[in-house]
Amino acid sequence: MTAPRFWRKINQRYRLVGTECRTCDTAFFPPRDLCPECRRESDIAEKAFSGEGEVVTKTVVHDAISDYDAETPYTLAVVELDEGARITAQVVEGDGEVDVGDRVEACFRRVRDEGEEGIVQYGTKFERV
Amino acid sequence: MAGIVSYGGYVPRYRIRTREIAEMWGEDADAMEGGLRVESKSVPDEDEDTATISVEAARTAFENAPVEGDALGAVYVGSESHPYAVKPTATIVAASVGATPLMTAADLEFACKAGTAGVQAALGLVEAGRIDYGLAIGADVSQGAPGDALEYSAAAGGAAFVIGDEGVVAEIEDTTSYTSDTPDFWRREGERYPQHGERFTGKPAYFKHTEGASKALMERLGTSPDDYDYAVFHQPNGKFPVRVAQSLGFDEEQYETGLLSPKIGNTYSGASPLGLVATLDEAETGDRIFFASFGSGAGSDAFSFSVKDGIDERRTGLKETFEDVEYIDYAQYAKHKGKIRRD
Ligand SMILES: [Zn+2]
Repeated sequence: MTAPRFWRKINQRYRLVGTECRTCDTAFFPPRDLCPECRRESDIAEKAFSGEGEVVTKTVVHDAISDYDAETPYTLAVVELDEGARITAQVVEGDGEVDVGDRVEACFRRVRDEGEEGIVQYGTKFERV
Repeated sequence: MAGIVSYGGYVPRYRIRTREIAEMWGEDADAMEGGLRVESKSVPDEDEDTATISVEAARTAFENAPVEGDALGAVYVGSESHPYAVKPTATIVAASVGATPLMTAADLEFACKAGTAGVQAALGLVEAGRIDYGLAIGADVSQGAPGDALEYSAAAGGAAFVIGDEGVVAEIEDTTSYTSDTPDFWRREGERYPQHGERFTGKPAYFKHTEGASKALMERLGTSPDDYDYAVFHQPNGKFPVRVAQSLGFDEEQYETGLLSPKIGNTYSGASPLGLVATLDEAETGDRIFFASFGSGAGSDAFSFSVKDGIDERRTGLKETFEDVEYIDYAQYAKHKGKIRRD
């Protein structure tokens, strides 16, 4: 990923900033500019998610593409945030330690390193509480 | 009077025992542990660095703060292990707490006292009325060359302080620094591990500067060790802070609360600030705290704090997080610290 592409989404990556539709009280992450239910009646505003949620599904990755290779095995999970949106992210604990239904909260970690010379991409992962 | 409005510390949850490192290098484990008075040290996860530790500490500070990130007018991050050679850690932290863009930010470097230099800078801006609140952080993921004496203590952690004039829970009564050009410890640009002057790091460096700043501050305030309920010093191991506390006239009851190095090692720029966090977690309204950092190169910043009402609402439970730790062996440690180079 190029530095500008990463930079444009820093608020999403660092602080889980999404949006919500105030007409029907639905939260969106990643952010949406239009509510699929309310359409023209959409009233969209920025919303920072609390970062708390629950593991809905998970998988342990043993063979990763080269950038993530040093971290295998790692756990990738779909987390349902308390405000109602779902996010796919890494859970920072080892193999077999994370279960569906576990309560998790957001933490700030290095997500990707573009080698020794490129930028470091920081962002949100989850840890069990 | 200005001071600490809220605070937070973060120490990664992995630990390695001094014993495990000594056995790896065929050293006498008892002698190592006894000589350093460090039984274990913290180890960062593979995806943790000075920026992530700073962010976690800052977010903890804002969990109990009466203000939000956008109230900050300045963010300073002091470290000797900034992730980039050129590109500030402070902007990453500022963005992560929602403080950008109307603010100033900079990374500071002064070995292990860069974090307290940030506290002084933020304090000056607050007292001058230039900003309402400033954030000062000391954090490190320090490195010791495999087998070097530093490897037994070099650890990871950091602490963050919101400095302001309103909602202060630990007033800064005064601060004094003692600084000289002393080459006791250094790392040249591009080098992976620091060099140190062996025994030179003690008497002419750590002790001379810490005592110099501490005595000057107490003289200026007209205080003596008896006036303080707690005392916190830089802790490169478990021995130096105890010796300097005693030589200044403080006793164990005053320094034990803020002495974390026996369990977590030397967290460099995070070391004395984390000791202050642990102390603020226990101090009561009306207590006074004596605090002195030390950074090689060399200098010491001493502070006198007076604890105010509202401290109960700011507690972070730092020491409770030390109970949920995972001990790792040398092989896992080498992987965590990136000692096995992958190309
Ligand atoms: Zn809607």
